[in-house]
Amino acid sequence: MTGLTLADAVAGILLLALTAYAVFAGADFGGGVWDLFASGPRRKAQRTAIAAALGPVWEANHVWLIFLLVGLFTAFPSVFATLSTALYLPFTIALLGIILRGAAFTFQAHGEEAVGELAPWGFVFGGASIIAPAFLGAALAAVASGSVRAAGGPDVTTGWVSWLALDLGLLAIALAAYLAATYLMVETEGDPPLQADFRRRAVGAAIVSGILALTGLVLTWRQAPLLWSALTGRGLWLLIIALANGPIAAFAVWRGSPRIARVSVAAQMVFVLWAWAVGQWPALVPPDFTIHGSAAPESTLGALVVTIAAGMVVVLPSLWLLFYVFKGRNPAPGLTDHRA
Amino acid sequence: MDNVTLSRAIMGTSLGFHIVFAVLGVGMPLLMLAAEGIGLWRHDPVWLALARRWAKAFALIFAIGAVSGTALSFELGLLWPGFMAFSGSVIGLPFSAEGFAFFIEAIFLGLYLYGWDRLRPLAHWLCSIPIAVSGAASSLFVVMVNAWMNSPTGFQVAGNRIIRVDPLAAAFNPSTPTEDVHMLVSAYLVSGFTVAAVYAAGFLRGHGDALHRRALPLAMVMAVLASGLAGITGDTSARFVADDQPIKFASQEGLFPTTAGAPLHIGGVPLPNEHRTVFAIEIPHLLSWLLKGDPNATIRGLNDFPRDQWPNVLIVHFSFETMVGLGIALGLCGLLYWLLAWRRRGPPTDRWMLLALVVAGPASVVAMESGWFVTEFGRQPWIIYGVMRTSTAATTTPALGPTFAIFLVLYAALGLTLTRLLLLLAQRERRRAATASTRTRPS
Repeated sequence: MTGLTLADAVAGILLLALTAYAVFAGADFGGGVWDLFASGPRRKAQRTAIAAALGPVWEANHVWLIFLLVGLFTAFPSVFATLSTALYLPFTIALLGIILRGAAFTFQAHGEEAVGELAPWGFVFGGASIIAPAFLGAALAAVASGSVRAAGGPDVTTGWVSWLALDLGLLAIALAAYLAATYLMVETEGDPPLQADFRRRAVGAAIVSGILALTGLVLTWRQAPLLWSALTGRGLWLLIIALANGPIAAFAVWRGSPRIARVSVAAQMVFVLWAWAVGQWPALVPPDFTIHGSAAPESTLGALVVTIAAGMVVVLPSLWLLFYVFKGRNPAPGLTDHRA
Repeated sequence: MDNVTLSRAIMGTSLGFHIVFAVLGVGMPLLMLAAEGIGLWRHDPVWLALARRWAKAFALIFAIGAVSGTALSFELGLLWPGFMAFSGSVIGLPFSAEGFAFFIEAIFLGLYLYGWDRLRPLAHWLCSIPIAVSGAASSLFVVMVNAWMNSPTGFQVAGNRIIRVDPLAAAFNPSTPTEDVHMLVSAYLVSGFTVAAVYAAGFLRGHGDALHRRALPLAMVMAVLASGLAGITGDTSARFVADDQPIKFASQEGLFPTTAGAPLHIGGVPLPNEHRTVFAIEIPHLLSWLLKGDPNATIRGLNDFPRDQWPNVLIVHFSFETMVGLGIALGLCGLLYWLLAWRRRGPPTDRWMLLALVVAGPASVVAMESGWFVTEFGRQPWIIYGVMRTSTAATTTPALGPTFAIFLVLYAALGLTLTRLLLLLAQRERRRAATASTRTRPS
């Protein structure tokens, strides 16, 4: 591993942040999807379980995105500016989704005891939870396929209006839903019928995301040569692991082993993202922006790494505490369960 | 409207919306910390009930602050790519630190809101400390960035590219101490007066129960201390701006000719085309005396500077007068409250005092927003003072008009829903408290 620089280290940290956002906040978006599609006799119980699972953690999970944005503009300012210009529309729409999702969830969770069901906001929570990952996925497709160029004009549809972007947008929703349903299988271990509901949903999401992932590979091969060469070059071993892990995860879900399923489905997200990132290294936004060429001065990168290290010393144990208290065998109580 | 105007409009709306929740996110945790702490210490269930009630409201307020803050971190790039490409590497550090502060606040808020029955009482109370600390830290870190835009330091430029960066010098730029502290105490000021307004309104409508009698004085302690500090730090800020950004200073004071023995303009309308301020109450020599301690000291006026470097003098002067006027009124209101409380040996319930407090809540928000108007409009035409003009920093995307319209509708919807929910929540809590007290009343 010679030749790795401070810039590579920061890019690696940002990849970890993106991964954390996908694995944790992704599931929160997926929770919104299942809230929207709650059905059957246990409809209300499904929604309650989703709200209880999201409640204590969604804001902390959301901060990974802020961390990612801030890290990106500190360490790679020109890339941040170019992405924001080229992907103005998908980012703005995703942002609206993110705002509405958070607001709607909070209005529902904390307002319900005051007013009962809050008519439009329940629907907004689910709808926004679909919009945000879809447009982030499409934006990622534009980046990965090399459509975001340094000299790109203010064309608002560049790169993210393509079959591949459509596929990755849908895949993002499906993976989010898949993650959420698997996590919820763990959260509802004490309630077998409810757990069975989420198992069925997880199986459905597994099939849909499998189909979309394979379609995505074909589309990449036909239409995105740059990404294809990344995935079949340096990223090949991760792609192979992902292709092997996919069926294992799906099998664990189908067999109803929630804890193995949770780990392997989350790992699937990790392998897919890393296959792309490792594959395109040393490019950050191919083909024009490399990690080295677009990095901030060393003094900034050094200070950033020190700040992140110091920050993580405080944040990681705190996150552990949060998840220790509310996750695992301790599903969170609904806000309305207890009284002063 | 052109892209620069639209970008400013969207950014300004987003900031103006977000800051209300941001300051409550700084101040309310401290109130919750105090209420729960007193409750545990004195074994007083009413203080604990108060902390719980505030936590419920705060959950809503913090979430809206979090999502509107997310909008801002996106908008830095979406609206100002030129600014971010140039300065991201210089001012990213305080932003990153703010990211961590936000992390801590969100994590411990999750524990606090959902942990009432999951954590032991002392552990629960301890969770409020990192929330209050990181709330204050967020404010300090973010304002560092704005301070840098006012007094950019810590970098070297070659052409229009930054080649050498000293991120610590940028974070701790000359404006940082005054701006940071003034904003922090203003956050406590707004939180104190806003919470006080809620309970003053409760007293006025006849709900003055034990909870109200604890909440109002606690909020007023914060409000009165913060108004004193806001006055002192505001004075320091103004003196600093006079040296560092003389154009902004001359604009806020409505001073056109460079004057020996400059008067203080109270109110009035600056007329930039006629180079004078009309309809103001002029107190001769006062500005020179306030600023330099010498009634005949010379103060530089706007006429000394090229016209294309003037901000919108009317807005800056008017906002400054609003901030200072309201600030003084709020301080007096706080002092009066404690004077009455001392004379009556209890929270004053005089109708006029309570009415004044109800008005003081929104007035404190207006004062804080006006302060930001002074800072932001006063820095124009620069986005980075003396380095980059706002007009060169804005995005070229053609989609800004619809974006502005959508965000206006969005913020209106969020603001209205939040207000409605907070009111309903308060109503419900009151009803619950009323049934609880009739149930426990001895027969």
